[in-house]
Amino acid sequence: MLNIPCPWCGPRDETEFHYGSEAGVAYPENRDEISDEEWGKFVFIRSNPKGWFAERWVHSAGCRRWFNVWRNTITHEFGPTYKPATQQPASPQ
Amino acid sequence: MSITRRRTVELPEHPDFLWAHAAPKKSYDAIIVGGGGHGLATAYYLAKLHGMTNIAVLEKGWLAGGNMARNTTVIRSNYLWDESAGIYEHSLKLWEGLQEDVGYEMFFSQRGVMSLAHSVSDERTKRRNSYANAVNDIDTVWLTPQDVKEIAPIVNISEDVRYPVIGATYQPRGGIAKHDWVAWGYAKAAGDLGVDIIQGCEVTGFDIREGKVHGVKTNMGNISANKVALVGAGHSSVLANMAGFDIPIQSRPLQSLVSELLEQVLDTVIMSGMVHVYVSQAHKGELVMGAGTDAFNSYSQRGGFHVIEHQLAAAVELFPIFERAHLLRTWGGIVDVAPDASPIVGLTPVDNMYLNCGWGTGGFKATPASGWVMAHTIATGEPHELNAPFSLDRFKTGHLIDEHGAAGVAH
Repeated sequence: MLNIPCPWCGPRDETEFHYGSEAGVAYPENRDEISDEEWGKFVFIRSNPKGWFAERWVHSAGCRRWFNVWRNTITHEFGPTYKPATQQPASPQ
Repeated sequence: MSITRRRTVELPEHPDFLWAHAAPKKSYDAIIVGGGGHGLATAYYLAKLHGMTNIAVLEKGWLAGGNMARNTTVIRSNYLWDESAGIYEHSLKLWEGLQEDVGYEMFFSQRGVMSLAHSVSDERTKRRNSYANAVNDIDTVWLTPQDVKEIAPIVNISEDVRYPVIGATYQPRGGIAKHDWVAWGYAKAAGDLGVDIIQGCEVTGFDIREGKVHGVKTNMGNISANKVALVGAGHSSVLANMAGFDIPIQSRPLQSLVSELLEQVLDTVIMSGMVHVYVSQAHKGELVMGAGTDAFNSYSQRGGFHVIEHQLAAAVELFPIFERAHLLRTWGGIVDVAPDASPIVGLTPVDNMYLNCGWGTGGFKATPASGWVMAHTIATGEPHELNAPFSLDRFKTGHLIDEHGAAGVAH
């Protein structure tokens, strides 16, 4: 089980959290103009790297707040965690 | 129903001697990246049905050592939508003649697949699915709890459990097969037709010029090819990104487990999406179980033990006699999950490069048809009508094939 570093509560068991997939996916601007292909990208395409990945979690059974964190998808090691609407720290690698 | 399906057959030869261990040639008519079940089936049908024998399967690890070695071997075709019914039923028909076709024992056993309903909404969903199957000429039977008990006496159908069994769909032609032997059978038959099977050969890049692929770069050097097929399962995103395009795939761990060897107590396959477990008993005697994926992206082939605990709790409630069985082994594979729980099989933005991925948590059953349609796509340069709906383009057009409800369990 992952030991996930919630930036508000500290490290807690994975079973207290729900996953939110890739962090920092922005809602498109100029929404009236973009093509189906661009909408498709926004809705369906998420990066899926082998290695460091910036992702979202929500601490559902704790503070119930969302946050972002770097995690390595090969080793499951956690890197820096950061709160929503804050500057994303550099990838640990 | 009596338990009479145990058979004795001679053990197959050691797989090391079933096919030649080829060194890569300088060039091929087609290269298949990924030596799992789908890649090997693709190679076999390319050689057998389309006469393309100057082809190679490149496998970065050992043959069929990924999800082909890690799945729970369930075979069925009772999916909801017409597109899925088409491809999965084609697969089941191929399974029905596969051992004879490739000339290799695979322990294919049509012992039926049952999917339990535990609530009113669950029953409605499953009945709808069953009616859709009937319209598509896929064998389907609605079972009462008493019918369930008759087919599988060890199921607990009492009403004093949290989620009582209130009915089930049943596909009698569904079943299981011995996964390793399926891979070896395809590999042997493909090798006999002249296909080069190259293990320990990792693709590190592609030779793409003016939007068209001309070959692959590997740890064994560059190999040129007129056509390249990506059949990389959990590593499909890595391959697609190397080739310069994005695919809507997330890689997740999916765990399975086996018990110690037990006397035969279950001669069908039972799935429950609501309490979240599926179970069959292998010919050798171990109970084989699986459930949902772990929540997060991973390439580690490991998941959390709480997921195993959850599925065992469900199993013990449904099958009280499992309570004292010992867990022998758990493991994980990395599955390639698409947004609509349906595969992506067809063309890519790169000319002469083809993609076969997104089978997610249910790819084993599709092995024959996946290879069959992929071979057609590679040989003709166009998708077969069976895989045309499963295009990468559907994530632009919106023509999704949402099979979340028909997946045996929620993922």
